[in-house]
Amino acid sequence: MVNPQLDKNGHLKHLLTIEGLPKNILTQVLDTAETFVGVAERDVKKVPLLRGKTVCNIFFENSTRTRTTFEIAAKRLSADVINLNVGTSSQSKGETILDTVDNLIAMHTDMFVVRHNQSGAAHLIAQHVPDNISVINAGDGRHAHPTQGLLDVFTVRRYKPDMHNLRVALVGDILHSRVARSEIHALTTLGVPEVRVIAPKTLLPAHVEKLGVQVFHDMNEGLKDVDVVMMLRLQSERMSGAMLPSAQEYFKTFGLTPEKLALAKPDAIVMHPGPMNRGVEIDSRVADGKQSVILPQVTYGIAIRMAVMAILAGGNA
Amino acid sequence: MQLPDPEILLNDITAKIKALVITDTALVGIHSGGVWIMQRILGTLGNIPHGTLDAALYRDDYAQRGLKNEPKPPNILFDVQGKHIILIDDIFYTGRTTRAAMNELFDYGRPASITLAVLINRGGAELPIAPQIVGAELMLNPNQDLQLSQDIKGKLHLGIKNG
Repeated sequence: MVNPQLDKNGHLKHLLTIEGLPKNILTQVLDTAETFVGVAERDVKKVPLLRGKTVCNIFFENSTRTRTTFEIAAKRLSADVINLNVGTSSQSKGETILDTVDNLIAMHTDMFVVRHNQSGAAHLIAQHVPDNISVINAGDGRHAHPTQGLLDVFTVRRYKPDMHNLRVALVGDILHSRVARSEIHALTTLGVPEVRVIAPKTLLPAHVEKLGVQVFHDMNEGLKDVDVVMMLRLQSERMSGAMLPSAQEYFKTFGLTPEKLALAKPDAIVMHPGPMNRGVEIDSRVADGKQSVILPQVTYGIAIRMAVMAILAGGNA
Repeated sequence: MQLPDPEILLNDITAKIKALVITDTALVGIHSGGVWIMQRILGTLGNIPHGTLDAALYRDDYAQRGLKNEPKPPNILFDVQGKHIILIDDIFYTGRTTRAAMNELFDYGRPASITLAVLINRGGAELPIAPQIVGAELMLNPNQDLQLSQDIKGKLHLGIKNG
């Protein structure tokens, strides 16, 4: 099957999902991100790589944090950035997605960053754009959120470089999380031998064990001796009906408290993709504690997005 | 073609650099060859503020060639502001790498001066840039690819391939 993300030479052309990306591409993104980590600590927080290029953030669904990090990443690469919140723009006047895209192409956009609540929206745009334009999926429905998955894996690799010797637990709303699938794929591709998911049965997708993970329904069993705890956000806005009794009840069973974290390895790190629901999935003492790397994740998110844009934009001339 | 012994050239440029070192001098090696040479020079001259870069993010051929597969993160931990920087590369050719490296350095601060030291100037500059400290001048044709390598004992070797 042709992978729409790769060009005929096997180079990254679009970033739509981590699924199907070979290990060499994942490693290339992570290694390139290493070169960008230091840029923000310099006098001049910019490199001239995307000078003269135009990056368009098309957000059909609101996500201030993701949009901001893509905007900062593009600007640190010296690109010009246009932000379009389509929810409040011409789509409400009846324009189709591809008409919106065609208009932006006519304005000489070089790269699209797309967020949509429907799975496959970024794929649709990637198939539609001409060869010299790249598309980055910034989250589509429940399907994928590849840059979040990459930045999480990058964070794991920075703190725990020996990935062939790790036990990683993903905790919480796996069912609605577009990050969880991206992460499971990236972790297993990069050689992490043991990925666990810990969640109530109602928040696990059917056949989740086919992704190569071990399934737990009890925090006390699942967290035992893990090196990395990845908390997921309760996606209350994506939930319908009574999947959970109540937030308090959820916290009691699946919230990460210092007591539960003590079951993991003493040097385990705690991650969260944000925004956090304090007191629902994570205790403030853990979120602000010594083992938390939640804010470094945000910092690394910029480096990862810079790396993806830099890899996509080069070598097209 | 008889190539010069890079170990002799290294001793030569180390002596020339030693004569230039003052209080505010810092060495910066360009990956990969320039970094090997810098490490050897530091071994002789002792501890001088130093750093490394590969200038990949500043190159003018990014639009054609994209990024290299194994980029090396820059590592400039000293304050560039006001420093007399000796920029070290293995082979000087078109001058485009030097241009990119200088632009990168300026994004860390405003150096007092930059001096370029290279093991070999192979001719072919395409920009008004020239090395001040040179181990040897070799006039090569564009189809000849001169490469510096380092063996596991850290010894430098020069090789040439005709394309």
